[in-house]
Amino acid sequence: MIEKSSAHSSALRSFFTYLGEVALLVIESFQTIASGRIRFPLVVAQLVEIGYGSQFVVVVTGAFTGAVFTAQIFYQFSTLSMSSAVGPVVCVALFRELGPVLTGLMVAGRVGAAMSAEIGSMKVTQQLDALRALAVHPTDYLVVPRVVAMLISMPLLVTECVFVGILSSYFVATKLLGIPSIYFLQNIERFIDGHNLVMSLAKGFVFAIIIVFISCQQGLTTREGAVGVGKATTEAVVICSLCILIGNFFLTMALNMIFPAGLR
Amino acid sequence: MDIFPSSDHPLIRVEELRQHFGTQEVLKGISLNVEAGETLVLLGRSGGGKSVFLRHLIGLIRPASGKIFIDGEEISSLTERQLEPIRRKIGMLFQDGALFDSMNVFENVAFPLRESGEKNSRIIEEKVANALELVSLTGHDEKMPVNLSGGMRKRVALARAVISQPTCILYDEPTAGLDPIVCDTINRLIRRLQEQLGMTSIVVTHDMRSANQIADRIVLLHDGKIHFLGSLKEFHASKDPLLLDFIHGRSHEIE
Repeated sequence: MIEKSSAHSSALRSFFTYLGEVALLVIESFQTIASGRIRFPLVVAQLVEIGYGSQFVVVVTGAFTGAVFTAQIFYQFSTLSMSSAVGPVVCVALFRELGPVLTGLMVAGRVGAAMSAEIGSMKVTQQLDALRALAVHPTDYLVVPRVVAMLISMPLLVTECVFVGILSSYFVATKLLGIPSIYFLQNIERFIDGHNLVMSLAKGFVFAIIIVFISCQQGLTTREGAVGVGKATTEAVVICSLCILIGNFFLTMALNMIFPAGLR
Repeated sequence: MDIFPSSDHPLIRVEELRQHFGTQEVLKGISLNVEAGETLVLLGRSGGGKSVFLRHLIGLIRPASGKIFIDGEEISSLTERQLEPIRRKIGMLFQDGALFDSMNVFENVAFPLRESGEKNSRIIEEKVANALELVSLTGHDEKMPVNLSGGMRKRVALARAVISQPTCILYDEPTAGLDPIVCDTINRLIRRLQEQLGMTSIVVTHDMRSANQIADRIVLLHDGKIHFLGSLKEFHASKDPLLLDFIHGRSHEIE
């Protein structure tokens, strides 16, 4: 009994320690950004890595999510003679949920894993100590450029995913499933407003923060050689994905309170 | 034994430094001074806390207790950012070089210059060329660390450590795992940096040949404490069994 409660308290302690470490990293990074100590060439390199490097996964994710969701909604709605509502339903889903969440999960898997693996390898090969010994703060050199690049890239990637999804939905709905293009477009225009884009961008922004700080923190605290790097990378992806899925619920609740649903 | 010899203002002063990892006590109250311009060699058995001691001197590890003064400034209570000006005065050569593997040789060596705000590419190129010439690696600028041998990596790391001309360099096993000729090159280089540029050197090693070649004073760490501290001459004149074991490379295992 005592053993069990001490195990629980130690798990709770490690959880709060972890939260504290991540919070410190966030504060330290934003302090650096606020003080203007941003290494722009490194930001550009990260923009290429994160933004340009994620094009394939984001386009494929958007295209097939839009396509499959359109088909599924069409087959369900057509039994109720509501197939003209496919467009707005797919758009709302893509803007508000599928676009941000799936882009977040894909970027966590691709970029988050790479960040924690790269920083973790540097940690176990003493390169982080070498940076510190050369009077360069690892947060300034490694974390801040990634934070800035993620904050720029992620909302754009989410938007890209959503628009590719809508395009593919339009193609599947009008060319494969026979929904008249005019219905599809008019209903989208009727039901979709700028709030949807704001929600997408807000979620993209929050998911960027989740991914970059958790992944960098995992990398910075890597221990025990190659095994440790593997563990840090796996944990980064798992923690990021869970935080995105859980955080998404609270974001949806909050954003729907700020922008109540309804016809324009 | 006088462990606080000579001047009133040593470059580095360590007072009662203690460190433990979990329940294992690694350093059990180390006190010593390092004078500007001298080469102090830290001897000791593997796992004896020599590297841990060295890392304290540049703030990479915080003491569990005790104080470290660099140029009169107590560093153990400083934050990472406050340590930066101190670290600019001290170079460190890591055991396996710790080169940045995403950068080539040139970028690695130029890194401290660029980070200190040097933007003139001609000056950077000139200084990197000089530093690489110092370690006999001219013409290897474009190579990536992964394509270098252990000795070359260490020499590039040495060029990176000396390029911004720090007042003191900490060497962690500079000759471990290298062939005798490269060892000699590095030993001569350490000596030359001291003689020509007046750099203070603290060298962690268990290579007696190296110690004989470069040391002004020798410290022998044993069981987390200073077992001996004195000049090279005093070291060789000592009849202490542990020192003799070190000098002659003897163990007491029964065959």
